[in-house]
Amino acid sequence: MTAITGDFASVPVLPKWLAPVLLLAFAYGVVPLIGSSYLFEAILLPFLALSLAGVGLNILTGYAGQVSLGSAAFMAAGAFAAYNFNLRVEGLPLIGSIFLAGIVAAAIGVVFGLPSLRLKGFYLAVSTLAAQFFVQWALTKFSWFSNNSASGVIDAPRLSISGFALDGAIGRYLFALTIVTVLTFLAYRLVSSQTGRNFIAIRDNETAARIIGIPVLKTKLLAFAISSFIIGVAGVIWAFAYLRTVEPDGFDLDRSFQILFIIIIGGLASIRGAFFGAALIVVFPLALSRLGGFLLGDLFDSGVLDMSQRIVLGALIILFLILEPDGLVALWDRVRRRLLFAWQST
Amino acid sequence: MPLPNYTLGVMDASVYAPEVFARGLPSDQRPEQSFEYAAKPAGSIADAASPLLALQGISLSFGGVVALADIDLSVLSGEIRAIIGPNGAGKSSLINVISGVYRPDRGHVHLDGTSYAQVPTQRLAHLGVARTFQNLALFKGLSVLDNVASGLAYKVRSNFAGQVLGIGRSRGEQRDSRSRAEQILEFLHLTAIRDRLVGTLPYGLQKRVELARALVAEPRLLLLDEPMAGMTASEKSEMAAFVRAARDRFGTTVVLIEHDVGVVMGLSDRIAVLDYGRKIADATPDEVRNDQRVIDAYLGVASDNEDGAGI
Ligand SMILES: Nc1ncnc2c1ncn2[C@@H]1O[C@H](COP(=O)(O)OP(=O)(O)OP(=O)(O)O)[C@@H](O)[C@H]1O
Ligand SMILES: [Mg+2]
Repeated sequence: MTAITGDFASVPVLPKWLAPVLLLAFAYGVVPLIGSSYLFEAILLPFLALSLAGVGLNILTGYAGQVSLGSAAFMAAGAFAAYNFNLRVEGLPLIGSIFLAGIVAAAIGVVFGLPSLRLKGFYLAVSTLAAQFFVQWALTKFSWFSNNSASGVIDAPRLSISGFALDGAIGRYLFALTIVTVLTFLAYRLVSSQTGRNFIAIRDNETAARIIGIPVLKTKLLAFAISSFIIGVAGVIWAFAYLRTVEPDGFDLDRSFQILFIIIIGGLASIRGAFFGAALIVVFPLALSRLGGFLLGDLFDSGVLDMSQRIVLGALIILFLILEPDGLVALWDRVRRRLLFAWQST
Repeated sequence: MPLPNYTLGVMDASVYAPEVFARGLPSDQRPEQSFEYAAKPAGSIADAASPLLALQGISLSFGGVVALADIDLSVLSGEIRAIIGPNGAGKSSLINVISGVYRPDRGHVHLDGTSYAQVPTQRLAHLGVARTFQNLALFKGLSVLDNVASGLAYKVRSNFAGQVLGIGRSRGEQRDSRSRAEQILEFLHLTAIRDRLVGTLPYGLQKRVELARALVAEPRLLLLDEPMAGMTASEKSEMAAFVRAARDRFGTTVVLIEHDVGVVMGLSDRIAVLDYGRKIADATPDEVRNDQRVIDAYLGVASDNEDGAGI
């Protein structure tokens, strides 16, 4: 789980904030003007939700070294909690519901993080499955969570901020983008703070971390809490902004694995990595179905698509684990360094 | 068999101790359980009446393997106390017992007047004890500076929210721990590599970073498990000088495990010799050097062992 970020000493340095600021200017200023509704609905909204979930899981797994297969459960907890706060607490603004939903997800994360005090690696991963199965079971079993709706599928409330409706594709995109930007910025601050360094210390050598006086148990649970908070909010974006329905089915084990793959492919212990990984995971099936349809025509039905997706994705993950364990981010940094270098020496 | 030359001319601490140590650290940066900082003349053994650390009847076994058998050991404040012995003699186990990583089957550890059946590892830093590991135990994903600054993590009182938002005491803490880490880096001549990831450094430097991480907390008791293993002769004497300088300037008490008999003889005030988990000698370097049991058990093979065998 050790991700070594490159040694940047020899790279010509642009200010660190430049790229994110340009990207944000583009995302806020240009994309809403030129994007089609397909771009928002099928690509950008799931991309934003999954990126944020990836950021959350990366804090826990990439930085603090605690493997989790319960991400989808924390997303579900967030989505359902936000729905119920919104439904049952009179006058609570949407942003308040979302914040409280994050807190609920964090609390559940801490409970299911307790085994991490005794278990490591593979055994911990298996024990986080308990969260996955328990939360999904509880949400299906107790219809109170879905306001006794017969189908268990409920419409998410319309997005609005202080009376200003955001339920068009662009509005939901801007809503998601803003939440993701704020939480990502805070996550970035966190991982470069003392607490973030404590996470890394525990990941790299737990005994040494304990000896130098890092409160190991407390810090692990904190990692679970913060990670689950972020993943919970990602769940709200997934349900409220992307799908516009709240249902337990979408938050199954497959989703948990998907988020784990996002951070493996994107780059463990890298905030940017979550975005790289999510972009690949979202765009890849769409590209594959286009390509398959183009090459095979009608033979390439949804069954074949689903199967080929899994095969190619599985192969990709194995390739990454072997050839580029630090993920797309490391790949990107190398390419960029080459380009900058070539550009400088001309 | 002739023993290596004991006196290493280069071990003159003053050469290696830059101004920073002479000045000392500002008083507001000292640990709370602040201790006597006054420099002690090298080689003196302070206040023989009350040892800083005393082990009493420590026994430890793993399955059938007896790692430690009824060990008594006292370490006086301000001394450099070496523990030597052949591979598997139980030296590391002893340090692990002192630092609470292992719980002894029998016996007690007296630390600064308090008796423990198992030393509370989590509180070790607060008790003024720091250690290094025989096998490197650095945080590979952190830079040299961050590794060293992590040695002050036990003092952090700000919470994550304050750190993320950059409010409250977090800023001051961050500044303090960086500047203290930088001072230690300067002392150990590591400033040039402060921003490197430790995983990318050669072994000898990593060992030195680990010493820096332990020293930054200005511990009263410093436990060093083979800090010079795998080093070249000149790296070794440099490291020996650092250890001595740390003791002289901070009054840090040092427990040192080291295979290189030359280094040990030159550096330590008293030497305990372990063999198969038993203590077979405990005396000054001169006495140990002439002890027949020690020569039979250990020193006789010393010249085969010089190059860091048994790392
Ligand atoms: N965690 C452990 N589990 C099982 N056996 C152990 C453990 N730690 C130490 N031992 C055993 O205890 C004995 C003493 O080991 P220890 O590591 O203390 O020796 P040492 O004097 O440090 O040796 P070296 O010079 O090789 O470092 C050895 O026989 C070793 O195999
Ligand atoms: Mg050892």
